[in-house]
Amino acid sequence: MSDLTRDQKLELYRFMRLNRVVEERLVNLYRQGKVVGGLYRSLGQEATSVGTAYALADGDIVGPLIRNLGVVLVMGYSPRDVMTQYMARATSPSGGKDCNLHFGRPDRGVISPISMLGALVPVMAGIALAGRMQKKNLVAMTWIGDGGTSTGAFHEGINFAAVQKLPFVVVAENNGWAYSTPFHRQTAAKSLVDKAAAYGIAGDQVDGNDVFAVYDAARRAVDRARSGGGPTLLESLTYRMKGHAEHDAQAYVPKEELEQWRRRDPLERCVGTLVASGTATETELAAIDTSISEEVDREVEAAEKSPLPSPEDALKNVYSSRIPEGEPAAVRRNS
Amino acid sequence: MSSAPHFGAEGTTPAARGQTTYVDAIREGIREEMLRDPSVFLIGEDIGVYGGAFKVTDGLIGEFGEERVIDTPISETAIVGAAVGAAMMGMRPVAEMQFIDFISCAFDMITNFAAKSRYRTGVGVPLVIRGPSGGGVHGGPFHSQNPEAYFAHTPGLKIVQPATAYDAKGLIKAAIRDDDPVLFFEHKFLYRRIKEELPAEDYVVPIGKAAVRRTGRDLTIVTYGAMVWTALEAAKTLEAEGIDAEVVDLRTLFPMDEQTVLESVSKTNKAILLHEATRTGGIGAEIAAVLSERCFEYLDGPLMRVTAPDTPVPYSPPLEEAFLPNAEKLCRAARALAAY
Repeated sequence: MSDLTRDQKLELYRFMRLNRVVEERLVNLYRQGKVVGGLYRSLGQEATSVGTAYALADGDIVGPLIRNLGVVLVMGYSPRDVMTQYMARATSPSGGKDCNLHFGRPDRGVISPISMLGALVPVMAGIALAGRMQKKNLVAMTWIGDGGTSTGAFHEGINFAAVQKLPFVVVAENNGWAYSTPFHRQTAAKSLVDKAAAYGIAGDQVDGNDVFAVYDAARRAVDRARSGGGPTLLESLTYRMKGHAEHDAQAYVPKEELEQWRRRDPLERCVGTLVASGTATETELAAIDTSISEEVDREVEAAEKSPLPSPEDALKNVYSSRIPEGEPAAVRRNS
Repeated sequence: MSSAPHFGAEGTTPAARGQTTYVDAIREGIREEMLRDPSVFLIGEDIGVYGGAFKVTDGLIGEFGEERVIDTPISETAIVGAAVGAAMMGMRPVAEMQFIDFISCAFDMITNFAAKSRYRTGVGVPLVIRGPSGGGVHGGPFHSQNPEAYFAHTPGLKIVQPATAYDAKGLIKAAIRDDDPVLFFEHKFLYRRIKEELPAEDYVVPIGKAAVRRTGRDLTIVTYGAMVWTALEAAKTLEAEGIDAEVVDLRTLFPMDEQTVLESVSKTNKAILLHEATRTGGIGAEIAAVLSERCFEYLDGPLMRVTAPDTPVPYSPPLEEAFLPNAEKLCRAARALAAY
């Protein structure tokens, strides 16, 4: 909690609570059949998303994954943006073209992920490369799960970034599970941070459910990147408290393990730290919760009123010009 | 191609002086764009100090430095992935695949990241991916392929394949200036076998425009890349037999210049679709579908394909010769078609 002001600490709490509340409302919308497609939870992982993204500065660029709701909120996207995305509305950041947290633009500091895990790593390395060429002094940050670190794209991207000494932070979010596959079936390595040594880059490991520890570790990595020290692989030890998506009851997860991690809930720990250190009272934190709840109520209402896209938009924006043709007209001899 | 014909100057032997080869034309085009636009940079394996496996980028690191001519690890996914990220930031990367066969290693980055970005996020990816394709040099199954059809099936990409030095320069310049991802398939057989005098002034060959390389009355051969020369060679043989073939060089495979193809075939009423790539699901099949949909009443014969067979590219010279389309195979198809 080294360099954080009281307001910043409360802001970290606020973003984590916002992350959780937005997701709880999304669960309601999902159960009402209003979410189009799947819903991917980040319950228990809020501290990793919020603490890492909060360590960035204006002009830095992130490439989040589907469980990094907290990241896009820190980067300035609104709950309404997230809800309209999940409800496939015309007013969503992707205009209904892509789902869930698949949205972003460089000028908003966010690069949209694709579903192929690992793919963001080389692309974000390219963001860092361009930033260096354009003398922007920016840091690129992306997230990858324990499962994603098994991909070739992860390896190629991080290796290239290491060779180029790019200003790049890769947060390896070790939440124990990739869909139903446990960590030990994903890699024979003892921990993900061990991989940093093989790439010749800095590695660090942090308690991913302690938002202040996460922030401090991320801040060290970001500072290293910005000062020319090259990439960092930061492993965040956390836990996926829900299934892969809402449809998955996670029957494969040992009950006692879940219970163990429930006691390490990142929000409860944050409240405990803030109260114990005298940073805020429980009453003050409850007031924050109330304001978030009211804000999200308004956002849900607005999102539900948002229109669906028009069918003709399906053909738009494939290319910079030229609209794809629909049915071709036959050329008749005598017409 | 031992006696490559020269467009527009049949029967004349071009003088060596002032002539630019296909490979030099690509390099000149890249260099001019790098001079014109500081956001253009090159990324690939052995393209800097070594100058590229085929020397396409020879000398450019000396002129532009290692920040704009980036030698990478053997990592096609990282090359294209980093290029995609940089392009999203407003840079104009030109990524080299050392042999175009290795483009499969970057398939995901091209088809899922680059191609879909504008559609799903509104962020354009002005990226060029270029490299040597094609056979005829006994490169075997992994240094001879023509993978264009994989990518023609992916909305969001543009695909060009020049047949001449003039087009190689004009199309690489157009590709670099284009705001969409462009795949630029060079034919390695042409690199040093063809040359012509190029304009001194700046020019581009627009993406999406075909060229009629030879006019004829009896049938149309629609083709692209090195096969344009095969078609012209066959057309000479056929002319002596009284068959007057028109040759359309597509130049751009997507978006295809359907208008030029339709105009030609509605005049000759017969068409052969010729390509070096294998048959099933190839560009020829797509053209045949377009002609069937849009030119049906003009057709006086079957739409015929002359392509490589559905096999990998074999290595040994007699096997590769059997695999590749050539003027003789094309003439046989043309004679059969002309008889309708």
